[in-house]
Amino acid sequence: MGINWDWQDAAGVFPLLLEAFVTKTLVLTVVGSLIAAALGLVWAVALRELPTPVSKVLAWVLDVIRMTPLPLQAFFLYYVFVQLDVMTIAFIVLGVHYSTYMAESYRAGIESIRKGQWEAATALSLPKSRTWRAVIVPQALRATLPSLGNWAIAMFKDTPFLIVIGVAEMVTSAREYGGENFTYVEAFTIAGLIFLAASYPTAVLMRRLEKRLAY
Amino acid sequence: MDFFESLLDAWPQLWSGIQITLQLSLGGAALAFVIAVALGLSSISEIGVVRGVSRVLVEFFRGTSLVVQLFWLFFVLPQLGFRLESMAAGIVALGLNYGAYGAEVVRGSLNAVPKAQWEGTTALSMPWVTKMRRIIWPQAWALMLPGLNNLMVMLVKGTALALLIFLHDLTFVVDELRRTEGTYFAFGVGFALYYLISLGFSTVLRMLERRAQRKLGLAPTKAQTAQATAGAVA
Repeated sequence: MGINWDWQDAAGVFPLLLEAFVTKTLVLTVVGSLIAAALGLVWAVALRELPTPVSKVLAWVLDVIRMTPLPLQAFFLYYVFVQLDVMTIAFIVLGVHYSTYMAESYRAGIESIRKGQWEAATALSLPKSRTWRAVIVPQALRATLPSLGNWAIAMFKDTPFLIVIGVAEMVTSAREYGGENFTYVEAFTIAGLIFLAASYPTAVLMRRLEKRLAY
Repeated sequence: MDFFESLLDAWPQLWSGIQITLQLSLGGAALAFVIAVALGLSSISEIGVVRGVSRVLVEFFRGTSLVVQLFWLFFVLPQLGFRLESMAAGIVALGLNYGAYGAEVVRGSLNAVPKAQWEGTTALSMPWVTKMRRIIWPQAWALMLPGLNNLMVMLVKGTALALLIFLHDLTFVVDELRRTEGTYFAFGVGFALYYLISLGFSTVLRMLERRAQRKLGLAPTKAQTAQATAGAVA
């Protein structure tokens, strides 16, 4: 690799990658995660509260979203909502796709809450909404938070999937630079290292959080 | 029926796409499984160097993003004088990425086998191979299958990146079909086919899980793996 590695190219591409990373990749991850975390909670509560036939249909729809590829979903929204810009489509696709995974994590968190908590809420005749808001969700969140963080990291590494609809995130910039300058070595290597440098420490942090929040 | 006529017309095209997607899925899964078991076993090795190397490899291939790995294998390797076919690049990228995720699942499952079981094999001074084959692995296997199941579905979805390295997989065909048959028809069929493929793999792995549990005399459990899988893919 020593022969092919050009420090000048590396220096040339690095600022471009960093800019795309901050203005696109990180923005996609943060907005996508917020949408996914909010929607995921909605799904998890709805799956328990809706009447059985409706919740069965919802569960099936979530399964279909979870089991079909992100790029295909991105293409679909891209052609259906031609008036939307690609960043908006990217937010929706990432948010909705990962909300189906986060819903599973919330569900596990909710199921880990002991029956006595529900019974106590009933005994105090708390309304349903208050039971969720003040009793169940705060406790479930404790068990769910590290797992939500982990899905956010997974989403972060999936942001380049959106290359298919032309979102100008970091890997897109790397590919463009490589194509124009006839050298992909520096661009893709640095892009990979930036992903690693961002995701590894965060993943370690989540592992620590998981240990600390465990009962 | 209009719909079925269109489907029949499009079928040869769709089938060629399905074949590429299946080849990538099966090839990627086979490689990923071998890598996951190798790295998972070495991550609990008593030799520090082996543990360290496996740790570095797992974190590296987990952390650098599938798309980057795919592009690296396809665009960078030729510049270093080593050319991979599209299909081979796809299979290797899927295998490395999901193999590293799988290694975490394997490691977690091995660690979840009760300590007394490990101690029992030591007390009986079992050789390593016997210990693994007869005592530890069957128990870990039942524990790891739900996680591997989730990863398999993710791997199938990951094959949709193949069009970026110029393979005509199912996603590519659906996009082609859109031009002639319209968005809703093409994507409706596309989502249905991917769903069926994922469901097929998932069902087979679920059957293996039930079988593994039955062999251990355990009742089938409801898969409760969202947290563990999230930890592996992060």
